Amino acid sequence: MKSSRRRFIKLAGIAALGLGAQPAIKAIAPAAEHGSQMQFTQSPNALTAKQWAMVIDARRFKTPADLEPMIEACHKLHNVPHFTEKRHEIKWIWETHYHNAFPNVPNRFISEETEERPYLVLCNHCQNPPCVRACPTQATFKRASDGIVMMDMHRCIGCRFCMAACPYGSRSFNFVDPLKGLVESEINLKYPRRMKGVVEKCTFCVERLAEGQMPACVEASNGAIVFGDLEDPESEVRQVLRENFTIRRKQNLGTEPCVYYIV
Amino acid sequence: MNDKKWIVLGLAVFLVLFLSPFLYNVLIKGAKAAPMPEVVLTEKAKAAKQCVMPTEFMRANHMQLLDEWRLKVVRSGLRDFTNAEGKTFNMSLSNTCLDCHSNKADFCDRCHNYASVAPYCWDCHIQNPQGETK
Repeated sequence: MKSSRRRFIKLAGIAALGLGAQPAIKAIAPAAEHGSQMQFTQSPNALTAKQWAMVIDARRFKTPADLEPMIEACHKLHNVPHFTEKRHEIKWIWETHYHNAFPNVPNRFISEETEERPYLVLCNHCQNPPCVRACPTQATFKRASDGIVMMDMHRCIGCRFCMAACPYGSRSFNFVDPLKGLVESEINLKYPRRMKGVVEKCTFCVERLAEGQMPACVEASNGAIVFGDLEDPESEVRQVLRENFTIRRKQNLGTEPCVYYIV
Repeated sequence: MNDKKWIVLGLAVFLVLFLSPFLYNVLIKGAKAAPMPEVVLTEKAKAAKQCVMPTEFMRANHMQLLDEWRLKVVRSGLRDFTNAEGKTFNMSLSNTCLDCHSNKADFCDRCHNYASVAPYCWDCHIQNPQGETK
């Protein structure tokens, strides 16, 4: 067979067409097989929002004991281990001192009552989350549907960049197997645990929101914590924000935290 | 060329060693494959007749399905799965899969051990959601 330039170009053209069509065929084939059979939807009674936010009425919490029920409810529900050793500590929601919660509200001679009461702090689910930018695997990400800063434990490689990036200390690393910090009989069997070597934090109770329930801490707070959609002017959160003077933690950093405090 | 016999001997020894697993299987064990694992279905799984997808699909593709579920739940916030029959399930390994297949040791592990795969689902996901002993 004589090869000519014409013949070569013809063959090359056909080959290129074949190669180009392959991904298209691949994309269609499995879809035709099973794609039409599967549907993924949100549960009909799920709570939805554009950006979830929380308002904590700090005036209602006078002593550490007042915060205990919320911390207890959250940590029990999510199988958060308890370690007495400080450097192994895992916390999703915890209490802190005024000066640690709001280090850049530095007025002198502030009200003693404000200064001495304990403050409930948790992940702020920032609108501009620095942890998300730091994560090399996108294991932590800002969910476009409701603004929750989520953790995908399956992807976390335990590099702890997010912990360095978070200005609120909202993230904890599992230095030891979390099972060692849990009491076997008290494990919530409906919620997964974590493994050694991943970072964890508050998730605004996504699993409860998906079933139409309010977050555990909101439920345990007897109305001292309000939760709702920040983007909806009619929401309870916006109502409370309109009526009260609120502050946010380190908002000068530009992270746009979504947890507000009435002080 | 004086080393010929050593070379041949060395090759022979090498061949015997190299083929020893095969020889062991053929000559001593009678060349029988390991018995196929038999999965045990719980009463609840038997009563349901079909899993979330046809059995054949589940047998071959449950890992891809679980991966898809994981992506949809964690990253997209979609938690309900509807199959071709129009039945809806909550996409949860511990609360849906293990609700029927509550016998992890006789259901999941048998095949996984046979195929020598060690999925690390159970590092975090609870394997006895009904509270039975492991």
